[in-house]
Amino acid sequence: MKRAIKNEMSLSFPSKSCNEAFARSAVAAFVMNLDPTISELSDIKTAVSEAVTNCIVHGYRRSSGTIYIKGRITDDNKVTLKIRDKGCGIEDVKKAMEPLYTSAPEEERAGLGFAVMQSFCDKVRVKSAVGKGTTVTLEKMISSNDD
Amino acid sequence: MLKTDYKNNTLTAYIEGEIDHDSAVKIRTQVDGAAQSLRPRLLCLDFSNVSFMDSSGVGLVMGRYRQMKLLGGSLRVINIPDRLYRIFAMSGLEGLGVLR
Repeated sequence: MKRAIKNEMSLSFPSKSCNEAFARSAVAAFVMNLDPTISELSDIKTAVSEAVTNCIVHGYRRSSGTIYIKGRITDDNKVTLKIRDKGCGIEDVKKAMEPLYTSAPEEERAGLGFAVMQSFCDKVRVKSAVGKGTTVTLEKMISSNDD
Repeated sequence: MLKTDYKNNTLTAYIEGEIDHDSAVKIRTQVDGAAQSLRPRLLCLDFSNVSFMDSSGVGLVMGRYRQMKLLGGSLRVINIPDRLYRIFAMSGLEGLGVLR
């Protein structure tokens, strides 16, 4: 069954690392409407921070560009976030998602980005094309009790 | 500015606020600068006032672990708030015995 949309938003911002904090705070503000628990909110902020950092550190590694976030809340209190870059893309998505694998060890990346997204969200999907960019879709149900 | 405290060969750095890829770079520079000039036997990262952390925090701790090994000292991370523990648990850092 297709769920009715309760709310939507879209954001775009340059791939500067100071925007990691902006992105997770903006998404948190969007989700606040659902009256999430502190832990649900913190999970979403953490997952968004990982996804946006991936766009900056990997997607736009040797360049800079725009990061796009689309958010949607459906009437089953599910939050869907699409975080997209038009950067270099991922050659081997399966490998990139292996815990502790990183292609940027010199930047002290722990290789946990996707593992954290998967552990902190209900569903994570990654679509990527080399030279075109990457879209990460995060889904999380919020145990809202307001209505 | 990072608050630090040095006594009995122990350098304690009080990390405050949010740790992400952006802030980790700044924290790393300050902690390494202090450790390189003081050459402590033990570096303590105090996480009591860390309000948010993504996996950049794990990278920060792993990097300081290696750094302290190079300097002939050791690392301890203390006062980790419960809500941050989940990411550390995923990292394998528990096996190094640096988390308290």
